[in-house]
Amino acid sequence: MHIPDGFLGPNTSASLITAAVAAVSFAVSRVKRKFFVKKEILALATPEGAQFSTVKKTSVLSGYGKDKLLRMATIASFVFATQMLNFPVANGTSGHLLGGVLAAVLLGPLEALIVISAVLVIQSIFFADGGLVALGANIFNMGIIGTIAGFYCYKGIRKIVKFKLLSVFIAGWLSVVLASIATSLELAISNTIALNLVIPAMVKTHALIGIGEGIITFAIVWYMQKEKGNEQKI
Amino acid sequence: MNRRYKILLLVSILSASVVSLFASSSPDGLEKVAEDKGFIVKALNYPSKVLMPDYELNIFGNDYLAVAFAGMIGTIIVFAFVYFALRPIAIKK
Repeated sequence: MHIPDGFLGPNTSASLITAAVAAVSFAVSRVKRKFFVKKEILALATPEGAQFSTVKKTSVLSGYGKDKLLRMATIASFVFATQMLNFPVANGTSGHLLGGVLAAVLLGPLEALIVISAVLVIQSIFFADGGLVALGANIFNMGIIGTIAGFYCYKGIRKIVKFKLLSVFIAGWLSVVLASIATSLELAISNTIALNLVIPAMVKTHALIGIGEGIITFAIVWYMQKEKGNEQKI
Repeated sequence: MNRRYKILLLVSILSASVVSLFASSSPDGLEKVAEDKGFIVKALNYPSKVLMPDYELNIFGNDYLAVAFAGMIGTIIVFAFVYFALRPIAIKK
């Protein structure tokens, strides 16, 4: 669902870049608070009272922060790798994982937004997958809608569906469909194509791709559920 | 780090370099809709040259190796980007 440059109008692209930058910087500022601990460097003093240095305060990466960064980097690698694996869906179409719900369930929604955005940035800069001007739109669709909205869908579904892994599957499916609706709306706003033409086509295709998303999300969350330190108790 | 995360990292590198050779090359959902509805012509080329266009890094003149290397290097770049780039950003003033 990587939008290339040219599909969206300048106004749409610009507003989505703003939204993406705002959301990602908010996520970074919130997430970094948990990563650092204030550490006091003790003053060197003799029993007679002579002091050779003053008390300094520095922040260092906590054990939690280090561990979390490794987890985030691992999930980012996994999402990148899995996005290369296009699986065929009906009549000459393929789809791949978006990974938003997967990352959010394992890492937390804001951490997941950072992870998905990082993957999208690398895909655009090194692989030309998804446009450069459209990067904001792609972060909005797959990062904000597919991840944050997908995650809160999971939280909602979790209250209704008692079987935890089933709600992961449903949320994964829903996140792809929601992201495809967001993409369709952006295309329609940019006058690229009429909304009543693009919505049915996009939703129909992505309802199929979403099944793949749901299965992969289900499988990985099932595999990882015994890990300690997952953000959501699964 | 926990054991299952290490395994997941290994699986990522393997799937990006080996399993990716068997990935479907059909257009993805958005591309297919764009082709069917005729707005694919609006797509512009990427504004600059990139290192690995179409997920291929052609250094050995072999198509399979090109995809395998692009996948492997991409996975490592993504890992390093998240692990290292976030540190200076996250340092508290």
